[in-house]
Amino acid sequence: MNARPTRFLTFIPYAAWIILFVVAPIALIVYYSFFDLTGNFTIANYQNFFTSIYFKLIVNSFWYAFLITFFSLLFAYPTAYFLTKTKHKQLWLLLIIIPSWINLLLKTYAFIGLFGLYGPINAFLEMIGIGQHQLLFTDFSFVFVAVYIFIPFMILPIFNSLDKLNPALIDAARDLGANSWTTFSRVILPLTMNGVKSGIQVVFIPALSLFMITRLIAGNKVITLGTAIEQQFLVAQNWGMGSTIAVFLILFMFVIMLLTSGSEKGAAGSGKTK
Amino acid sequence: MGKLSKLPKVYLAFVFIVLYTPIFYLLYYSFNSGGTMSGFESFTFEHYAAVFEDTRLIMILFNTIIVALLSALVSTTIGVLGAVTITFIRKKALRNAILSMNNILIVSPDVIIGASFLILFTMVGVKLGFASVLISHIAFSIPIVVIMVLPKLQEMSPSLIDAAIDLGASRRDVLTRVIIPFIKPGIFAGFFLALTYSLDDFAVTFFVTGNGFSTLSVEIYSMARAGVTLTINALSGLIFIVTLLLVFGYYAINRKSKTPFSGVRK
Repeated sequence: MNARPTRFLTFIPYAAWIILFVVAPIALIVYYSFFDLTGNFTIANYQNFFTSIYFKLIVNSFWYAFLITFFSLLFAYPTAYFLTKTKHKQLWLLLIIIPSWINLLLKTYAFIGLFGLYGPINAFLEMIGIGQHQLLFTDFSFVFVAVYIFIPFMILPIFNSLDKLNPALIDAARDLGANSWTTFSRVILPLTMNGVKSGIQVVFIPALSLFMITRLIAGNKVITLGTAIEQQFLVAQNWGMGSTIAVFLILFMFVIMLLTSGSEKGAAGSGKTK
Repeated sequence: MGKLSKLPKVYLAFVFIVLYTPIFYLLYYSFNSGGTMSGFESFTFEHYAAVFEDTRLIMILFNTIIVALLSALVSTTIGVLGAVTITFIRKKALRNAILSMNNILIVSPDVIIGASFLILFTMVGVKLGFASVLISHIAFSIPIVVIMVLPKLQEMSPSLIDAAIDLGASRRDVLTRVIIPFIKPGIFAGFFLALTYSLDDFAVTFFVTGNGFSTLSVEIYSMARAGVTLTINALSGLIFIVTLLLVFGYYAINRKSKTPFSGVRK
């Protein structure tokens, strides 16, 4: 690589992008977190953040993100596994992915109808004798819709790592006398851990910061870090507090990335979830 | 390959049904003459007609498409140039540092991107509206383009470039005659992804859009908050068709280029 045909000039726009839209925004968030509503320098936002309301908020947000990630993984792993066994697996995978291309808002909106008091789910519940229930604006509906939206992003990396798995290893485990469960827990799962990790990464972080699903489906009952940031920025116009929460969200993001790193290069490339 | 026994088949069928039910549910009620998403009265196209009669909605649709096309075009250009330069950086540490920076926007939650861009635009004095939305979409699409193009560049043998230079090609020729044709499939994939990210984005746009400018996602959000209108269903029907066409287009490109199918969005 002696030739450097495109060193400086072509790099300017990209470098400018990094400075302006990667470095500067994070710096600004940190900077603004030290200001109160009237524009005075303060650390009160940080003190506030550790008071009970916000502490509860973090715990809540983590709990929901955990539930969403857990259920996504629970349903995604077998799906990915069975998909790799199908005949036209790339086609089936594509069919799993297609719903994730449909506008997020539309899918969420669909659940307003599906879960509605006169919607099909309630009609079904009534038919089997359970009776009508308020499904919208509950924790259940929130977690369900979030899992629905995130599950393709969990399936994809797991599918990719399962697909790369050398089948000879499974045969070997079988020949050596391992039963199905042992084969799965000692061979398949450890070897696909990278896929699981990237899946967790692309689900957990966005799940911490969901805000539009909480508004439409959970009826403001569920508050996540994302809802809080949106509230502070756009409703309360308290950019300082909003930035403080954002600083913590960024910190959590880095921690999660560290915990789930060691996975394949470009794990993040497998999906962006919003 | 292997054969699937009954249980896995049932399980997969269940997953597919759950994944597609909301979409078909929306489509089904887009033809309902009754005004709600429960109780189908009779078949009608009136909601589709309403979409086309609503000039405001058409304008928003138009905005959304313009922003998507422009942002995909600009971000692809910047991203490709960035990716090419990254591969020529010889210091490993520096290259990794740049790549990590590149990925920050990909993993950042939308809310953070939206909020930080809002601060940025307000400080710099960019008026919220078309410009701020377009710039944001360009900004969050660039790293995706880079991610899509890099593997193609890594596949390329350096001797190709050496050969071109030995044969007297200028830097510019190397870029336009050797590198770009080679990584074309990656560029298309990047462009396509940037396009769909932009079409689909809600959270970032929600933060940086002013009062006068709106995109489809933001509009659907405010319509949905106001209550159920079957115009949204009709709109979703139209979007579904366009999405399908785009996905199959992307799939066709990807198949040719053998890049792993890794396009997922927000």
